[in-house]
Amino acid sequence: MDGLPSEEEQEMTTETATVDVDVTVPDPQTASHSKELDSNFQTVGEVRVANARMTCTDVNVYYGDKHAIKHCNLDIGENQVIAMIGPSGCGKSTFLRCLNRMNDTIDICRVTGEIKLDQQDIYDKRLDVVPLRAQVGMVFQKPNPFPKSIYDNIAYGPRIHGLASSRAELDEIVERSLSKAGLWNEVKDRLDQPGNGLSGGQQQRLCIARTIAVEPEVILMDEPCSALDPIATAKVEELIDELRQNYTIAIVTHSMQQAARVSQRTAYFHLGSLVEVGETTQVFTNPQHKLTEDYITGRFG
Amino acid sequence: MTETTQANNNRGRSIDIVNASLKRRYARERRFRYLGLSAVILGLLFVGTLFVDIISKGYSAFVQTHIVLDVYFDPEVIDPDGTADPAVIARADFRQIARQPLRELFPEVSGRRDKRALYKILSSGAPYQLLDMVQADPSLIGTRQTVELIADDDIDMLAKGHIDRTAPPADRRVNDKVIGWVDKLESQGLIRKNFNTAFFTNGDSREPELAGIGGAVAGSFYTLLVTLSLSFPIGVAAAIYLEEFAPKNRWTDIIEVNINNLAAVPSIVFGLLGLAMFINLFGLPRSAPLVGGLVLTLMTLPTIIIASRAALKSVPPSIREAALGVGASRMQTVFHHVLPLAMPGMLTGTIIGMAQALGETAPLLMIGMVAFIVDVPGGPLDPSTVLPVQVFLWADSPERAFVERTSAAIMVLLAFLVAMNAIAVIMRRRFERRW
Repeated sequence: MDGLPSEEEQEMTTETATVDVDVTVPDPQTASHSKELDSNFQTVGEVRVANARMTCTDVNVYYGDKHAIKHCNLDIGENQVIAMIGPSGCGKSTFLRCLNRMNDTIDICRVTGEIKLDQQDIYDKRLDVVPLRAQVGMVFQKPNPFPKSIYDNIAYGPRIHGLASSRAELDEIVERSLSKAGLWNEVKDRLDQPGNGLSGGQQQRLCIARTIAVEPEVILMDEPCSALDPIATAKVEELIDELRQNYTIAIVTHSMQQAARVSQRTAYFHLGSLVEVGETTQVFTNPQHKLTEDYITGRFG
Repeated sequence: MTETTQANNNRGRSIDIVNASLKRRYARERRFRYLGLSAVILGLLFVGTLFVDIISKGYSAFVQTHIVLDVYFDPEVIDPDGTADPAVIARADFRQIARQPLRELFPEVSGRRDKRALYKILSSGAPYQLLDMVQADPSLIGTRQTVELIADDDIDMLAKGHIDRTAPPADRRVNDKVIGWVDKLESQGLIRKNFNTAFFTNGDSREPELAGIGGAVAGSFYTLLVTLSLSFPIGVAAAIYLEEFAPKNRWTDIIEVNINNLAAVPSIVFGLLGLAMFINLFGLPRSAPLVGGLVLTLMTLPTIIIASRAALKSVPPSIREAALGVGASRMQTVFHHVLPLAMPGMLTGTIIGMAQALGETAPLLMIGMVAFIVDVPGGPLDPSTVLPVQVFLWADSPERAFVERTSAAIMVLLAFLVAMNAIAVIMRRRFERRW
């Protein structure tokens, strides 16, 4: 597994490449933004919701000596899309990856605090990550289909979890997942062709279909549209909106327009701290914290 | 901003400075290109010289001189009592049978010395050739057959033109009388040069005309079989564990450094280790391909582990994340996704390791695979030698005929090595995936 530096580096380069709308020259007034927030800083806005699916309490993440997430409290509501926004390196992806313990693959990463899924602490030592990840699925920044056929890409998850008892059932899962991801009509005649032969947008929808084939309850999306063109992005956004009916979704994005379009709640991260959480409309129209306001109005990237 | 513009003005336009330096930059680039090109040409020149030298010396070993004789399988000599007992036939004096037609062809030769010289035209293997014929078909007894009998190595050399006829008789292996006999045989069309199948099927021999690489090829085959069946699974398993499962801490760092060190250990040290461990401690048979394979396993393991780890590292982490993301366990991630993608790289590394093992000589000398073994080994426990050691043994022999056989054996060894490396390249091309 890759260590931290390359991971971080990769994130930095791709993020800076995709941020093009909201980068402006920092003026002297916002120089204070680079300062870290006080350690006993309290998140502005309501971090708890009534119908919480996941509850995070005082979450801290360390990469070696680096304190990447600081005292973060956040609820992820059922059948809701929560968007996480913030400048590059603010820890939003790191936070997302804590939610299905994807950070376990990084040796030097350490997580403290409590993250509960349906009242069950997912960082409990006795908890098995395999069922957790079946329950909390993930879509990554770069489309990463398996170098196998389209069919096998979708069927892989159900196969290893034994979700289908017959070939017919598996066929049905594949069709249903691809239909939900809006890809069925485009690929139904070439299911045996390699998944990486599809276009970028199709690949990302294939990855989403692969995730929902396992029927998770929560879906984490780490900048799912950063490598896609506007048309493919629109399709994926539409899809997210539909998926919200059945799934709980947490999405990290660099596009504030996207956050505004797809999410019901928005969380703003700044240098490892969760600055502000609230209803998306409220965060975008009437931000409470100065940092949030500066970011949203494009005063700094 | 204004300050930098001023600075630009002070030293003139940038484009002028760039243009001024261009010539020097291109000259430097050209020099570097010529340097690289000359290095490549020098390398090709060396390889070309090597090949030309070996092929020009060795190609004649692929034909062997035979003497066509009318042999009478005299029942009086082979089986006087008519028992048809194989044991009796095996004990019969076939030398006499082989010599008889020579006596008939050259009735004028008399005197012990001349006669002995005449008989020496034939290889000492010729009587066994006749014995084999009779054993295969006893009905030959009492008949006359035209048989191509193997000529002695000196005659072989003479017929191939490797002996200088103008040299003073004391300086050459055959005297004028023998040359006269051979010329007479030649003029009657009784000297034939046939494709040398014996070279590929026979084991080693003191007589160059009977020596072949069959035993060495079989020995190399069994040795590599043992090496492959041990080093591939062990190497791949070690690489997978170290790369995918082992925690990154000081112990794994130490292991990694030591694997790299192991790859640089002189191979003869592995031979000594094999001698001490496998032969002296475990009591495994000396000179056996099994022990050779074990020693070469030790030697190729680091190569395979390093190549396999590199192959695993080159699988993008996004594939692992994708698999983990749908809830595959680490084991499933590795075996369903990472390993198939890394396999071509692993196999390439393994083939290169095997090619290295095929050409290895030094450690095998230590465990007794340098012995003179005539029989072709039938299994990994039989004493045998391997191709490079056979080359070493023949290169040491004084007979002129062994020179061409040494080169021919090198050609066979090189053919195997080139074939293995070509397979590695083809596999890499065919199965390489791009993301």
